[in-house]
Amino acid sequence: MFPVTFFTRLWRSCAPHFAVRHALRRFAILVGVLGLACALAGVLAGCSHKEEPWHLTDVSGHLPDLDFTLTGDDGKPVTGSTFKGHTSLVYFGYTHCPDVCPETMARLMQVLGKLGPDAQHVRILFITVDPARDTPQTLREYVDAFDAQHAQGLTGTNRQIEELARRYRVAYQMEQRDPKGNYEVTHSSAVYIFDAQGHARLLATDRDTPDAIAADLRRIIEVRS
Amino acid sequence: MKNNLRPFAQLSKLASACAFAGVLAVGAVAPAYAAGAAQAISVKNPWVRWLPGNLPAAGYATLVNGGDKPVDLVDISSADYGSTMLHQSVANGSTQKMVMVDKLTVPAHGEAQIAPGGYHMMLEEAKHKVAPGDTVHLKLHFSDGETIDTAFPVKSPAQAN
Repeated sequence: MFPVTFFTRLWRSCAPHFAVRHALRRFAILVGVLGLACALAGVLAGCSHKEEPWHLTDVSGHLPDLDFTLTGDDGKPVTGSTFKGHTSLVYFGYTHCPDVCPETMARLMQVLGKLGPDAQHVRILFITVDPARDTPQTLREYVDAFDAQHAQGLTGTNRQIEELARRYRVAYQMEQRDPKGNYEVTHSSAVYIFDAQGHARLLATDRDTPDAIAADLRRIIEVRS
Repeated sequence: MKNNLRPFAQLSKLASACAFAGVLAVGAVAPAYAAGAAQAISVKNPWVRWLPGNLPAAGYATLVNGGDKPVDLVDISSADYGSTMLHQSVANGSTQKMVMVDKLTVPAHGEAQIAPGGYHMMLEEAKHKVAPGDTVHLKLHFSDGETIDTAFPVKSPAQAN
């Protein structure tokens, strides 16, 4: 309210029939008051910084850190610490999934596009829930079709995948095979976001827009730098 | 449909009056017109999301019904794929599953979306190499007897439509 009032007065004081000196004095007062208001706002913002709401679901402290031993899409072992220093977007999916998985990946590509240069701090980990069919090579081709630079496919033994899914409370289930032996996998569609220290921070669902995901990611990336 | 009928108002009246025989007569006199009028459904924004290797791809489109009656999409066939099925991704709590769908109803004077996260045409067993930039053809069969052969541009998976 104060700055607005003073601004109005300044505006009036700038009208031609007022003395310039008078206007300058007013301006000086305005700057002073504005400065005080900004300082006060800064203190308040500092106190309430943690309260600033996220667009996505805040899971800080509710899920374990990024920690696993799996096989990368180059066939080499990969652990959670491989991705320390990057903001990791973890998605559990499978390549024989023609609709939801590629749509989720495409949305994450849009998010990377919106991040611009900040995208270099981000890695997308596509962890298969169908290790029987998703070999490292299949996964490599799959993630490369989206983005070879930021995305990596991860697989493992049934037990490794099961343990990891349990750790992050990811539900998945093999459906019945059709006569040709093909099958679908019912699975969780959420994207888990870990910060550069590997702490679980946010959960994005298919209802979150790429804009909302990008906005929250920027905050997580900024803290790091 | 109404626009198409206008120049043939006389014939149309005759057709309604004479019922079935009349319709046949109109068909005989002006086959092109009859075919155009019967086609209530049109297909908008068809596209296929390509996936590498032999992974199943998904076809999407918006079906528009300009007619007075609901029409069902009842079958999909293609010379480019060995297997084409209408599927639906269904959310159950936090998980997603796919279910096979027998038909998709396009409401009268309305449309049905076959779009990511919902209905999709699951395309498997490509008969030849298909890559982004190609065009594949899908035949959409409807309950009114109509079959629409539609060209679907194939897009890279990162492209969101």
